[in-house]
Amino acid sequence: MTTVLGIEGTAWNLSAAIVDEDDVIAEVTETYRPKTGGIHPREAAQHHALYASDVIERLLREYQDKGYSPQNIDAIAFSQGPGLGACLRTVATSARALALLLDIPLVGVNHCIGHVEIGRWKTPAIDPVVLYVSGGNSQVLGHRAGKYRIFGETLDIGIGNALDKFARGAGLTHPGGPKVEEYARKATSYVKMPYVVKGMDFSFSGLSTAATDALKDNSLEDVCYSFQENAFAMLVEVTERALAHTGKSEVLLAGGVGANMRLREMLDVMCEDRGASFYVPEKRFMGDNGAMIAYTGLLMFDSGTTLPIESSHVDPSFRPDTVDVTWIADEQEVL
Amino acid sequence: MYLQSGAEAVVSLKDGFIIKDRIPKRYRVAELDERIRKERTRAEARLMSDARRCGVPTPIIHDIYDFTIEMEYIDGKPVKYVIDERMCKLMGKLIGRLHSGGIIHGDLTTSNMLYSGDRIYLIDFGLAYVDGSVESRGVDIHVLFQTLESTHPDHEVLIKAFSRGYRITLDMADEVLDRVKEIEKRGRYA
Repeated sequence: MTTVLGIEGTAWNLSAAIVDEDDVIAEVTETYRPKTGGIHPREAAQHHALYASDVIERLLREYQDKGYSPQNIDAIAFSQGPGLGACLRTVATSARALALLLDIPLVGVNHCIGHVEIGRWKTPAIDPVVLYVSGGNSQVLGHRAGKYRIFGETLDIGIGNALDKFARGAGLTHPGGPKVEEYARKATSYVKMPYVVKGMDFSFSGLSTAATDALKDNSLEDVCYSFQENAFAMLVEVTERALAHTGKSEVLLAGGVGANMRLREMLDVMCEDRGASFYVPEKRFMGDNGAMIAYTGLLMFDSGTTLPIESSHVDPSFRPDTVDVTWIADEQEVL
Repeated sequence: MYLQSGAEAVVSLKDGFIIKDRIPKRYRVAELDERIRKERTRAEARLMSDARRCGVPTPIIHDIYDFTIEMEYIDGKPVKYVIDERMCKLMGKLIGRLHSGGIIHGDLTTSNMLYSGDRIYLIDFGLAYVDGSVESRGVDIHVLFQTLESTHPDHEVLIKAFSRGYRITLDMADEVLDRVKEIEKRGRYA
């Protein structure tokens, strides 16, 4: 049995967890909540620095209270990127210190792949097309020839970011996504808005601006509704294209925006019509969490991947398609 | 005869013609769904003809309805099954001509190209539009390169061959190819 301690802290959530092959054994999370506006990168990093040792201490206590000894831990995993540079560096420093202290190897985990792997762990999905939607990231991913390939992604901002930006302009407080969803439920009519899919990629900044403009002549409810309808239809269309192109038959939803019920409904309808299976992990594993980093770290460690401290620098624009997926046996290539 | 169901259309063969029907998507609100299907049907028919005038082989249009196009049947293989360096160079020349004519395909994948009689036919103009900017051309090629990267293990060689062909038919090719590199770095995590 392998046991890995993982730390996540790419943006607003600082979270650490200890997992083994079977389950999450312990998890502790401290969330940075901005007083006004959105995430301030420096404040978020200061938050993580302030709480890092406390989170680890509480995590180890919880672990020991359950009858385990820290000597059982085989490796320390941390989210190496993508994310906010200052936040990543704070988390990496804690991870290195822990690895040195316990004298065990370090594993650098790609944050996006963390979302994918916890979804594969906690749902029956085996080889899914993954729609990963959060504040900063919006990607359609899938495994092929030893890598997690990006089939489509945003050409400008993440969907969560677009929702928050529009919401701030409409006078709603951060995070705007859930509020937009609430208003959208009370809408009475659809307002025409831009729909931008370029091949397998999508773009949200124009939609966000158009929605803000539309507030002049339409109710907030109708604009929220129409914004969601267009933005999510774009995401679902590209997800469906990826299914058609790859021949895969499963869809996995990941990331914080995956909490939106309208997005889930649209994906579910699309999958039903295509005869594909649709999987949504439970909520605690959808947003950023320590367990996803610990578990992906475990898969990497078990397949022989560790990271020497001297080359453990963070990468704010770490691409998931640069990571060798050593823990999945290559499927038969059908081209 | 039923041929293929892609992500957005059902393609069938009837009386020697290809019938492309854009099917409704239940996940989209009806108004948006009809708008997208109508716009794409009309744009596809128009731009297929325009592309042929630029010297890019495309099937000849026979008739158009609200959500349906009737067109010539091309007896060929999708390029993704027969791809090699020579074909990628040919592909590059073709897309260079298309872009010179101010057309952006919008969905350049190796499934949307048919190889027949030593010619590559470009199909599925459903997302095509008219634009002569470096940015749009760059995104068009970025989409193609992503498909090559995600489906063909020897993509680096193929991308180089494509670029060689693209430079032959588009005078500002290098500017576009530089932009492709920039687009790859963008839109990640700001």
